[in-house]
Amino acid sequence: MAAPIPHGRAVKPGRLLAVVGDEDTCTGFLLGGVGEVNAKRQKNFFVVRKDSTLGEIEEAFKHFLGRNDIAIIMINQHIADEIRHLIDKHRESIPAVLEIPSKNQPYDPSKDSILKRAKGMFSAEDFR
Amino acid sequence: MSSNDRLPVFPSRMNLTVMKGRLKGAQKGHSLLKKKADALTLRFRAILKKMIDTKLLVGDIMKEANYSLAEAKFAAGDFTQVVLEKVERARTKIRTGKDNVAGVQLPNFEPFSEGVDSNELTGLSRGGQQVTHAREVYAKAVTLLIDLASMQTAFIVLDEAIKVTNRRVNAIEHVIIPRIENTISYITSELDERDREEFYRLKKIQEKKKKLKVAKEEEMKILGVGDEDTKNILEDSKDEDVIF
Repeated sequence: MAAPIPHGRAVKPGRLLAVVGDEDTCTGFLLGGVGEVNAKRQKNFFVVRKDSTLGEIEEAFKHFLGRNDIAIIMINQHIADEIRHLIDKHRESIPAVLEIPSKNQPYDPSKDSILKRAKGMFSAEDFR
Repeated sequence: MSSNDRLPVFPSRMNLTVMKGRLKGAQKGHSLLKKKADALTLRFRAILKKMIDTKLLVGDIMKEANYSLAEAKFAAGDFTQVVLEKVERARTKIRTGKDNVAGVQLPNFEPFSEGVDSNELTGLSRGGQQVTHAREVYAKAVTLLIDLASMQTAFIVLDEAIKVTNRRVNAIEHVIIPRIENTISYITSELDERDREEFYRLKKIQEKKKKLKVAKEEEMKILGVGDEDTKNILEDSKDEDVIF
């Protein structure tokens, strides 16, 4: 990655990406430079470990939905499957919820909430 | 239906004109909305196609990213905890903008980077190259994902907008226009009916007057007062002047 161009304070503060994912996914994206801890020591990522409960994941996801400095939430697909009811309920455009593949599972387009909505307009071979 | 489903107006000529105006307005609105729906659908399909392609591309990129991360971990040891704890400020952020399609505001995201990487020193001792590579790949993935999110948001907004527009088009086409047309035909038939009634009434009165006249003439003849005896007041010169 090229060195960041030094410039003065941005006029409009940019919005953040949030990550809900397993340890490797989070690490990767943090390496990519999306992580931020704000003044209240709130992180914009949530590491789902083996012992994380469903309630904790839901809590984290809802927290990200409620924060207005987050524009995109990236979530591993296998975690998205667990809180599918929350994702399906989220109909607003911002923050956008993106389902990303994880290390263990390949990406399955047929499970994606958005693509599910797109179904019926496109035939099956478009998904391949 | 034709008699029930109409606007509650009094059948007068003025209301007929008003209704005709409304029908024109509804037809114009219908064609405009239809055009809008077409424009939105066009954009929608383009985005959908691009989105599906990008989604699949993201799958590949993520695969590569995971692989490079594994490589980096192998070379530099497990730096996961270090990275997770050393987070300070985000380098890659999103600028949100707005795009306008046929009067519908579509949000779009654009990545920009500022500040320094807080993980600069990770992998300094060993495996620096692999870590840098992983960082690059993930940065690329983030850019792609932001693109995808932008499309996805546009997709959701457009989906909603198209639904609303189509609903309005159908409402105008199947409810409002037939109702106005029913009202117009009702007013026209009612006015025609009144015209016929009026005509019949006039005929009837004429007939009656004729009959009365004939009867009066008969009577006059019987009484011996002819038509010729009727004084003409205009030519009557024997009329005396009135002096005040």
